[in-house]
Amino acid sequence: MAEAFKFELVSPERLLVSEQVESVVIPGAEGEMTVMAHHAPVMTTIKPGVVTVKNASGGEERYVVFGGFADIVPAGCTLLAESAVAVKDVDRADLARRIQEAKEDAADAKDDQSRSKAEQFLSQLTTLEGALLPA
Amino acid sequence: MPSLKDLRNRIASVKATQKITKAMQMVAAAKLRRAQEAAEAARPYSERMGSVLANITQAIGGGGDAPALMTGTGKDNVHLLVVCTAERGLCGGFNSQIARHARDHIRRLLADGKQVKIICVGKKGFDILRRDYASMILDRVDLREVKTLGFANADAIARKVIHLFNEGAFDVCTLFYSQFKSVISQVPTAQQIIPAAVASSAPAASADGASAVYEYEPEPGEILSDLIPRNISVQVFRALLENAAGEMGAKMSAMDNATRNAGEMINKLSITYNRQRQAQITKELIEIISGAEAL
Repeated sequence: MAEAFKFELVSPERLLVSEQVESVVIPGAEGEMTVMAHHAPVMTTIKPGVVTVKNASGGEERYVVFGGFADIVPAGCTLLAESAVAVKDVDRADLARRIQEAKEDAADAKDDQSRSKAEQFLSQLTTLEGALLPA
Repeated sequence: MPSLKDLRNRIASVKATQKITKAMQMVAAAKLRRAQEAAEAARPYSERMGSVLANITQAIGGGGDAPALMTGTGKDNVHLLVVCTAERGLCGGFNSQIARHARDHIRRLLADGKQVKIICVGKKGFDILRRDYASMILDRVDLREVKTLGFANADAIARKVIHLFNEGAFDVCTLFYSQFKSVISQVPTAQQIIPAAVASSAPAASADGASAVYEYEPEPGEILSDLIPRNISVQVFRALLENAAGEMGAKMSAMDNATRNAGEMINKLSITYNRQRQAQITKELIEIISGAEAL
């Protein structure tokens, strides 16, 4: 039995999760990472992806987040997501709209740097869509 | 002297108005509760954002890699004012208070020889400021179609502001909105968002040693350049939510006053009506009696 720690998932609209959890998998900007209790303090940006929360009672919940960042300290982990929804509530049309917007952004980008950024974001979104489809 | 019929019509019309204001008051009360809930739900995010920002600015120090959005352009010649007001009237002095606050600020800036640009959020502020400063208004954001304020609305405004900043259109950006103190009190507030006013909680953060040894992924500068625009969106979002709650609060008390005024008016009119009716009856009686006496 792993030790529990406090995890909070906050979006600008509301506080989604605030509970004791065992581990959290965060889609960090530089790769996925699993956070457990007594993690070294890290601050990382996150990319669009799925956050998997394993709570202290053994249940598992999954949330889709679209960008944001995570603040990890030994005592807990706070995830500030630009927008977050539970996987079961994901709106396919919304996802499609985001992808469409990302495509437009990539097409409109003026210089190489912003284009590669937009394309990267687009590919992250499509990966996310792929990951969710079988669900 | 109005006739009895006129008075009756008048009373009926005031009663109808009272019904409307009463209904508006109740609608505002219901909306206020929702707006307050939304504002409260958004609070954790902005609080966490503030503490994270304080941490990271501390880590980065006043170093050279702080993004321009944070440090500003180093000048303060051109000011951008984002004035957030309501879309609708009938909410007492709510809109004019914010507009007056903004106008005072503009006057001060102009007296100092600064250049002023304005973005209006909400129709009412635009209507008021247009009278005096039409040439300075760059843009207006219309939120009338928006049923529930989402983060996306705030994000769009923030993006507009950041885009202007990157083009070098202004040096300092100030946000005007009404802080929601309570249902009866809203305080017009000016908040500087670019360059970001450095959080004063920095010493508190350094007090607990844990925050000192953060690891950053990617580099702090990179996170910060991602964080600052987001922080601006959050500030705008908070302002919009506070405004929404304030508007409903102001509307509620304004409509409460109106309902009460209408009640008073009905009372007064009814008294006049009854007196006049009595006077007429008396007059008729006198006529009949004096007619009978004459025989």
